[in-house]
Amino acid sequence: MVLPLSHLPSPTVAHYSTKVLTPLRGSARRRGYRLIVGVSEAYFDAASAAPLHPAARQALAAALDDGWADPARLYSRARRARQLLDAARGATAEVLGVRPDELSFTAGGTAAAHTAVLGGLAGRARVGGRLVHSAIEHSAVLHAAERHVAAGGTAASVGVDRLGRVDLAAFAAEVAAPGTALAALISASHEVGTVQPVAEAAEAAAAHGVPLYVDAAQSVGRGPLPSGWSILTASAHKWGGPPGVGLLVVRKGTRFLTPGPAEERTDRNADLPSLVAAAASLRAAAAEAADLADRHRALVDRIRATVAATVPDVEVVGDPAARLPHLVTFSCLYVDGEALLHALDRRGFAVSSGSSCTSSTLTPSHVLVAMGVLSHGNVRVSLHRESTAEEVDRFLAELPGIVADLRAEAGVVNL
Amino acid sequence: MEILDCRGQRCPLPVIALARRLPDLPVGATLRVLADDPAAATDIPAWCRMRGQDYLGSPERFAFDVRRAG
Repeated sequence: MVLPLSHLPSPTVAHYSTKVLTPLRGSARRRGYRLIVGVSEAYFDAASAAPLHPAARQALAAALDDGWADPARLYSRARRARQLLDAARGATAEVLGVRPDELSFTAGGTAAAHTAVLGGLAGRARVGGRLVHSAIEHSAVLHAAERHVAAGGTAASVGVDRLGRVDLAAFAAEVAAPGTALAALISASHEVGTVQPVAEAAEAAAAHGVPLYVDAAQSVGRGPLPSGWSILTASAHKWGGPPGVGLLVVRKGTRFLTPGPAEERTDRNADLPSLVAAAASLRAAAAEAADLADRHRALVDRIRATVAATVPDVEVVGDPAARLPHLVTFSCLYVDGEALLHALDRRGFAVSSGSSCTSSTLTPSHVLVAMGVLSHGNVRVSLHRESTAEEVDRFLAELPGIVADLRAEAGVVNL
Repeated sequence: MEILDCRGQRCPLPVIALARRLPDLPVGATLRVLADDPAAATDIPAWCRMRGQDYLGSPERFAFDVRRAG
């Protein structure tokens, strides 16, 4: 039975978490950390983690009070927890347009991606051990592919053009190769925003009986989903849900063998309050998505045009039209990405970067490398529901001076 | 052929060194940049594209040939 999410209790214990967290706030303050509360800084990294949606906060508080029992047990309290889980699953499936029994909750987006790749491959091991994926998949998918190769499988990577769009002809040729068990294509690039031709890729794969896995982490909760896929994953903290909740959808009829403990797909290990919060925020985000996308698209258009016009020697990357509404990426010639990120942070702007100096491995973003675009001096701005035009305008007013100062410091003016 | 040794330098330093040196060479001359920063393989061709210079390829690991086009 699918229960509506209105079945969830109203929040009654919001004061509880406040009380518990107060001492932590005090000690954090004594250690000199600035608490990031509300929008005192311009937070432009929603593609890494969106701020918690108010709907998630409400549902989390309510579910912590009412959803802590083991949903597999038979007494009333456990049945109540079970109802919450079913309601969360029903609401999430409804937003995704899938059947509730096709959806599982995982311990996060990375876990969902690993399960999707390894489970999709294992389900078709009799066909072969070959995985086809784009060169711009999220590192979680690429790490799963590496694990598959380390275990004796093979993987073929398909390149993208300068705008970051997968080479569809090459993708079609790769999925046609014998022994291909699974194909993977991200719904839209998490680094440059370019939307991928998922429906066409799915069709090409289906022509050879190959299921397509879509990492839709940047698309779920922000707009309509592509069609034709067999397996899909998402991550709640990208749409304003809590961290540590991933979604895995396996369509009926897809051959799939869950790697790891068999109970993983039955949600026995689920963090129930968090996934209730994830479901509530997904439903709220989906309801706002169209309006928000219009607003974000206008702001991102303004960033794309203004940065290109006011910052010399800058390359705005990604498809200018077929792109995610909330995300824009550009690279500034001769500028150290880490220095730029810190300079922006000092002015109250939180952004991310695909430059090598900002990564733990000191390698540039594999997405920028695959596109063949400048990787140093790279900035990704990604907006969320509380991002304002004032924040964007302040960013656009300050950025040219920040970049000019860094270039002057490095002695690279007029190069 | 002139060689510009930028090994051990982190990006964007090899690209900056290339941008400083190439204009000193005559049009048509080739400069080989040695750079072992992993970003150089992407950023040197990207710089050539942005600046209208000819990127001739990587003859060996950590070496990148650029010809002054103008």
